[in-house]
Amino acid sequence: MTNLRPVDVAIIGGGWSGLAMANELAGRTSQSVLVLERGIPRKTSDYAFDMDELDYAIRLRMMQNIADETVTHRHSALSTAAPVRQYGSFLPGSGVGGAGEHWNGASWRFLPELFTLRSHLNERHGSAKLPADLAVQDWGVTYDDLEQYYWRAEQMLGVSGKAGNVQGKILDGGNPFEAPRQNEYPLPPLRDTYLSTLFAEGAKKLGYHPYPQPAANLSEPYKNPDGITRAACAYCGYCERFGCMVGAKAQPSNTLMPVLARHKNFELLTGAWVRRIVHKDGRATGIEYVDGRGKEFFQPAGIIVVATFTLNNTRLLYLSKIGTPYDAASGQGTLGRNLTHQTQGTTNIFLDKPLNSFMGTGSLSMRISDFDGDRALTGNEGLLRMGMLSTNSFGNRPISSFDAMPRGSAKKNWGTEWKAAALKWRDRNAGISLTGEHLSYRQNFMDLDPTYKDKYGDPLLRFTLDWTEHEHRQRAFADEIARKLAPAMGATVDDRPPDRGKYNTINYLSTHIQGGAIMGDRPETSVVNPYLQHWNVPNVWVIGASAFPQNASHNPTLTVLALTYRAADAMINRYLKRPEVLA
Amino acid sequence: MKRREFLTIPAAAIGGTLIYSLGGEALRLQAQSGNVKVPLRFLTAEEARTVSAACARIFPSDASGPGATEAGVVIFIDRQLAGPYGRDKYRYTKGPFVESFPEHGYQGKASPREIYRAGIKTLGAFAALSPADQDSTLAGIEKSTFFQLLRTHTIEGMFCDPMHGGNAALIGWQLIGFPGPQMSYRSDIDKHYGQPWRPKPASLQQIMGRPGKPWEDEKD
Repeated sequence: MTNLRPVDVAIIGGGWSGLAMANELAGRTSQSVLVLERGIPRKTSDYAFDMDELDYAIRLRMMQNIADETVTHRHSALSTAAPVRQYGSFLPGSGVGGAGEHWNGASWRFLPELFTLRSHLNERHGSAKLPADLAVQDWGVTYDDLEQYYWRAEQMLGVSGKAGNVQGKILDGGNPFEAPRQNEYPLPPLRDTYLSTLFAEGAKKLGYHPYPQPAANLSEPYKNPDGITRAACAYCGYCERFGCMVGAKAQPSNTLMPVLARHKNFELLTGAWVRRIVHKDGRATGIEYVDGRGKEFFQPAGIIVVATFTLNNTRLLYLSKIGTPYDAASGQGTLGRNLTHQTQGTTNIFLDKPLNSFMGTGSLSMRISDFDGDRALTGNEGLLRMGMLSTNSFGNRPISSFDAMPRGSAKKNWGTEWKAAALKWRDRNAGISLTGEHLSYRQNFMDLDPTYKDKYGDPLLRFTLDWTEHEHRQRAFADEIARKLAPAMGATVDDRPPDRGKYNTINYLSTHIQGGAIMGDRPETSVVNPYLQHWNVPNVWVIGASAFPQNASHNPTLTVLALTYRAADAMINRYLKRPEVLA
Repeated sequence: MKRREFLTIPAAAIGGTLIYSLGGEALRLQAQSGNVKVPLRFLTAEEARTVSAACARIFPSDASGPGATEAGVVIFIDRQLAGPYGRDKYRYTKGPFVESFPEHGYQGKASPREIYRAGIKTLGAFAALSPADQDSTLAGIEKSTFFQLLRTHTIEGMFCDPMHGGNAALIGWQLIGFPGPQMSYRSDIDKHYGQPWRPKPASLQQIMGRPGKPWEDEKD
């Protein structure tokens, strides 16, 4: 093991949160900042030749190499976990920019009550009426605390959208149920596809309030406050699972990296696989990593920021023996608790006319929030929280979009009859999709797997996770609404019932994995404080969606950035002056 | 020393121009008449004939248009099996291998190469059977991992970029009206509502002006 020259701040992980933190520290202080990223360097010019569905969207060429490291999954603490051998339900990124390179660009603020969800549900239902296994809790931060940071993130990304609530004033065309914003979005919304207009018209007929999803895919050319200029979206349809070849989709490589390159106190190391955070007497002293050639290093650092994907944030703390492992049986301990994914469901719809669905972009989506949160719940649905419904125009590519047809169109899924039906419906099918809140439960958590190892022999992270009746009901309720929306938009639905299966690692849901190192205002129930600083080891900060005590119906990236900016303010303005646990 | 295997296909079965690369070298064939000899990377000629015949039943050439034969799907499959995907370079393959719940997907030890090699054997002299007998043979293995891979790969080979060996002469994209990886639809995204708009398809190489680097060509 080679000892290296100390740095002031070492940041593990070069994705959105790690590079945003690096940018704040390197730009606003004289601290020496080192980012360690285990993947490869990435830049916009890499991406022109990635417009290939097979290699990138199906073989998943941009993702973390699953042969090196994966997670295991079991449905309950009573069963044995099996490794996720090929990616399915989520897609961890790798390389500079992380999953922020291949994301869709959906840029949401969360509902205000999500940050105080335990208090909110207690007030609404009474704590005695809530399920005993419900683990949702307050975050120790409020929407009002985050508003200014959300705005910073929206300006940095160049979010295109239509506000529905600016300073309490409800605006036409936006989401009237959103949290109040201080400002309109930096850019107008993306353009409408045919499918978007059909959904919007249908939703209006039923008295709902359709609006376009806020997108980090630029509707117009944009210069952000850092002086970074990017081109407008071309709607090429190669967005999700791809990097953007014109830089229209905000990615760390085209927003943060050009700014970071100006700072002399910033350094980025790629190919560095961090295995341990070394600590002694409640303070971290540095990190151990392996480089691409297998050589081992010790990097001393004054502050360590853990900014990898949710999975590895928790795993690194486990491997480094930082914090108290969560015990699901007793409810004691904090590390690994509150694992959530996302409730997704789709009702397939079929249309008379073609959609030209090959055109689109990652966040191009028409939505309704009339059922988001719990505003529309009467108490008779057996539901605590719901989500948004949408049609998405992300760009249908030919391999993955082939094979959609009304149930019963063909007797088997190959051969002449099947082929004819698939060709008939190929450009005349869509989905009405639920993106719903996945609540946290006592029995869903992460720890280390006793059997399976990564390429260095370190234990894999293990998920214990299954759906509960609440998620099945969310999907069924969304399906009911979709069956009213479809005829209103001139579409038919087939009789496929909503999915009631167990959690599976095969079908893609979203790459929104939350929890494990959650934030809160008490060390007994959270891993990090409301500034994302570790309660037990104050010079370790753990940032990213690992801090979310529960999933939101909204995509996590903007909240990850807002929490990172807030953490950076606290670190710079307070911790660097008095290095202790912030209250 | 391994004998180099070729798949011989009547040129007329495959439309237009085919581009193959063997050992990193690009080779351009004008396939208009006579037979085309395609160098195989993994399959034997006998195995390729079986796979080709099976793909032709999964995605037939029939009244609704051309199918797996015209698209060169077998060539696509051969290259996928020869490349990193075929030997599971990017799958988690550490043991123990255990029977698990269906929700965990394929948990087996065998790589796509091994699944094909064993699966092809079970089909026997498949290429010599009548189409009806071929269909009933395939119906008998529908639930197998081999068949599910074969079906998935057939769709991939129909509609992939032609640099991967399938979708020859963009025949798959023409069949479904997919224009390929065009650089911009900015002036069309909010037009053509309810009307089919089908720009002429182009491959990644045609659009970029030089060939891409398919993953299957990655060296070990």
